[in-house]
Amino acid sequence: MSSKLDAKIPEGQLETKWSQYKSSVPLVNPANKRSLHIIVVGSGLAGSAAAASLAEMGYKVKVFCFQDSPRRAHSIAAQGGINAAKNYQNDGDSVYRLFYDTIKGGDYRAREGNVYRLAEVSTSIIDQCVAQGVPFAREYGGLLSNRSFGGTQVQRTFYAAGQTGQQLLLGAYSALERQIGLGNVEMYSRHEMLDVVQIDGTTRGIIARDLVSGKLERHFGHAVLLCTGGYGNVFFLSTNAMGSNVTAAWKAHKKGAFFGNPCFTQIHPTCIPVSGDHQSKLTLMSESLRNDGRIWVPKAQNDTRKATDIPEEERDYYLERRYPAFGNLVPRDVASRAAKERCDAGYGVGTSKMAVYLDYASAIERYGKQQATKIGEHNADKKRITELGKEVVKEKYGNLFDMYAKITGENPYEVPMRIYPAVHYTMGGLWVDYNLMTTVPGLYALGEANFSDHGANRLGASALMQGLADGYFVIPYTIGAYLSTQIREKAIPTDHAAFVEAEQKVQATLDQLMNIKGTKPVDYFHKRLGKIMWDKCGMARSESGLKQAIADIRALREEFWKDVRIPGAQNELNPELEKAGRVADFIELGELMCVDALNRNESCGGHFREEFQTEEGEALRDDDNFKYVSAWEFKSTGNFELHKESLIYDRIKVSQRSYK
Amino acid sequence: MEGSSLNLTLKIWRQKNAQDSGKFATYNVSDISTDMSFLEMIDVLNEQLITKGEEPVAFDHDCREGICGMCSMYINGRAHGPWNGTTTCQLHMRAFKNGETITIEPWRAGAFPVIKDLVVNRSAFDRIIAAGGFVSVNTGNAQDANALPIPKDDADASFAAAACIGCGACVASCKNSSAMLFVSAKVSQLALLPQGQPERIDRVLNMVKQMDEEGFGNCTNTGSCEAECPKEISLDNIARLNREYLFATLKK
Amino acid sequence: MTKFLTSSLGKKTVMAMTGLFLCIFLLEHLYTNVQLFFGDGGKSFDEASHGMVHSIIIRIIEVVLFFSIIVHVYQAVVLTKNNSDARPVKYAVNGVSKTSSWFSRNMLLTGSIILFFIVVHLYNFFLPYRITGEVVEPEAQGEHLAERVAAALTNPYYAALYLISVLFLAFHLNHGFQSAFQTLGANTKKYVPILKMAGTAFAILMGIGFASFPILFFIFGEEFLNWNL
Repeated sequence: MSSKLDAKIPEGQLETKWSQYKSSVPLVNPANKRSLHIIVVGSGLAGSAAAASLAEMGYKVKVFCFQDSPRRAHSIAAQGGINAAKNYQNDGDSVYRLFYDTIKGGDYRAREGNVYRLAEVSTSIIDQCVAQGVPFAREYGGLLSNRSFGGTQVQRTFYAAGQTGQQLLLGAYSALERQIGLGNVEMYSRHEMLDVVQIDGTTRGIIARDLVSGKLERHFGHAVLLCTGGYGNVFFLSTNAMGSNVTAAWKAHKKGAFFGNPCFTQIHPTCIPVSGDHQSKLTLMSESLRNDGRIWVPKAQNDTRKATDIPEEERDYYLERRYPAFGNLVPRDVASRAAKERCDAGYGVGTSKMAVYLDYASAIERYGKQQATKIGEHNADKKRITELGKEVVKEKYGNLFDMYAKITGENPYEVPMRIYPAVHYTMGGLWVDYNLMTTVPGLYALGEANFSDHGANRLGASALMQGLADGYFVIPYTIGAYLSTQIREKAIPTDHAAFVEAEQKVQATLDQLMNIKGTKPVDYFHKRLGKIMWDKCGMARSESGLKQAIADIRALREEFWKDVRIPGAQNELNPELEKAGRVADFIELGELMCVDALNRNESCGGHFREEFQTEEGEALRDDDNFKYVSAWEFKSTGNFELHKESLIYDRIKVSQRSYK
Repeated sequence: MEGSSLNLTLKIWRQKNAQDSGKFATYNVSDISTDMSFLEMIDVLNEQLITKGEEPVAFDHDCREGICGMCSMYINGRAHGPWNGTTTCQLHMRAFKNGETITIEPWRAGAFPVIKDLVVNRSAFDRIIAAGGFVSVNTGNAQDANALPIPKDDADASFAAAACIGCGACVASCKNSSAMLFVSAKVSQLALLPQGQPERIDRVLNMVKQMDEEGFGNCTNTGSCEAECPKEISLDNIARLNREYLFATLKK
Repeated sequence: MTKFLTSSLGKKTVMAMTGLFLCIFLLEHLYTNVQLFFGDGGKSFDEASHGMVHSIIIRIIEVVLFFSIIVHVYQAVVLTKNNSDARPVKYAVNGVSKTSSWFSRNMLLTGSIILFFIVVHLYNFFLPYRITGEVVEPEAQGEHLAERVAAALTNPYYAALYLISVLFLAFHLNHGFQSAFQTLGANTKKYVPILKMAGTAFAILMGIGFASFPILFFIFGEEFLNWNL
């Protein structure tokens, strides 16, 4: 293990690590909390939850988000649900099982200590959210309802229709707004963090740009929490929001924070396929649809018949065929690759031939029969059964079906939906220790912005769990370990030389961007970057492809800094300038992702190297050589140094992942 | 489904900043695929403008899947355009005819001042939530989630109200610029749940007080808000807010 | 309480309550007017009117009634002004007609026409009968109120004004009645359709009811008072 990396995982039994650590971590007394300033960047689940919890404890908190309101953070778009080891269904779930599923789902590339803690606090999250008034789905008896998700064999997913992320975020947002109303949090919306400020190697604040006036601002903090989400938009087309970006994390990386496992990206199997060159983003159809939908392609190549004209025996339910134990509920990486394999082999459907069917016909029939029995219509004919079945499906998935119909103009109750994998989540992120602190003192990363808990692949309904765990139940304890050493540090005035210098650098970069006055809009470069990344660092990667990608990205970077055109001025609301800064960072990150993917000579989870696969086309891991976290140190643009954090499995026997 | 393509005339409100008085500008776009979303059509226009050396149209947008509530736009006299139950980002160009002129304006309300072009300031909504749209439960104070059963109907009704995305279409479409649907959705969500009971009275009083201070108009029950709400939040919630407020006044 | 009355919801509650009170008055007024159709030459109508003049209860209600009208009108003006101020810059294209009813959007217009009619109506009937003393003891002077009504309604100008006003009254009620229940929080999912229907039914009943007087008197003349139906 690199000497620069200390994961600080507490000693002791896995089951008691966290509780013992909580009892021994240093505390900050209430009077001192009042004079400690914390900056939270990002207002999603991790950011809002952390900001509200820390403000409740008495810290002085400032929150920054680039949207017009903290309620808009992209956590809001999570659909399916949130996992918790409540075992309300009496189906044998436990903290250990959630821990085990998460490690296995992550293809044995996550830390045992962190993941066990995550599973352990998962139950408190549900309690907290219900107490906030989050309207989870309930059974007729008034108790909470659960459903199943990919990669698990128990029902542990709590949900609120197809809007779970929205409801959880609004819960955290309301807690945050309460603290804003009480004066404990100062909110800075329409602000973007453009650099961290360090004094003697310690984090002391940030430089932020007021996106409305264009003015740069300096803000002091004893600690800075980056809760800025993932970097899926490096691919241009992803299910991320248009504004989701890596800038805050990347600036931190350039100031010394190591970047962990950047190549681990999750491709979600059930997205609406690309319809043309105009496409600006991709829309996810919740994984919960795989509960009842069956995925298939025609058995014949280049079959041009309509889906409904293809008889049952000429359909290939390839997931059920290849993975009988988990069927359509295999983890996301497996399902995505299987779809790509079929389409590449010429079995794809739709005009682009880059799609597979997600079919609800048999679910409609099954539910219809159940419903007919339930309401006593024992002689219901086929038409009536279909009608009843559609009603049930509408109640369960209506909003998703409506969304599909709006986007594609097709009626998914009548014809199978077409789906294709799309970039959805990034398991990689800033490297953090057990306390969620990066390699820079006082600088933390929470939620999707850090690399910590999902290994090489995230299970469905675990992102919400991790974001809220970090924000509500981890950082409030672990931050004490650092802040207890800061109680003698007075707030540093922002006219300090370090702030002035940091602001000048940010200003210089903005000036440089504005002065290029080239010929191409920012999106032109972003789309090209996205194409390079998707083709060469997407669902399948190869040595030659990655080397080519690195060369292409470097050339693109040069071109970007010579030829980008940013209209308007700096001192006003200027979305093109915002985008330009973000794309500049994405270009640099894209290179690091390829470097990381090239280094990892194995296939695991979301990282699939064509050279490393079994004869059946499954991912082939190399635990002897790659059972480590890659933590990259920024040396200079395009120059990164690798540090390795070995992964030690005390409790889990590392084995080849099988969902057959 | 195979789409066709459209040529359109766009009349868009351009306003440099909050101080500028603003005016309409007319643009033409061609070969717009009917498979495009409305915002992708604006992307095409903006790319065109940037290439010509003009300033692109500023507009709010983020998730582009109908849930963040950031996109707005008053399109041909309708908040979020002609489709019911749809945000602008999910509105697709299938909704328009070839050769059509589309007028695009920002949300208009004194409480939502224009920042630039089609971008408005909706922070009044945040202040209303900060005034009472929460349950005061600090992290770690919660009991077991299943300790308190909630009738499914109540939970479902609460969820239906909680589906509000805070986009402001209700204010934009109301002839009085009233924020009653937004406020009533949050009041209803919490009034329907046992967790919301302890603060029920103060919540409604404080939220209505803040709503009035922000300068929204008064509800005259025209129902435009419900018709334009992308999440189809029901007017029932407004009746409930009225009831809660009357009751709270009598009690306090 | 002042906080309540100055809040947006308080002002609207006042509108709703005064509005509903005025609806009750309309019912009572219609009942009195229907007595013109008794075919007794207006005797019942005269008696009822006479009785009302001498009833202390009616006199008190009358004060409440005038107070209600004034408050209703005053609040309407204040609220409309507030609502207009809440949107300093108007839309160039506004499609509210697609999302709300004409009745709901034009309460000020329909209300103003009704107010104008009320003033004329009071000038014609209430003022001479009750205030100026022009008609002190109607029976003694041999003048029946019923005849005065009949005379007015056979005047084409007055009948036309009366008819138009009644039409706008119906429009006003069509939205106002159910809207009042919504404002008072009595609308729930179960009752919305019922109250909406009741509102429209009430509007139509009042419309047809009051319109019947000018129509019948205009067609059949003052003699109609003596028709035994």
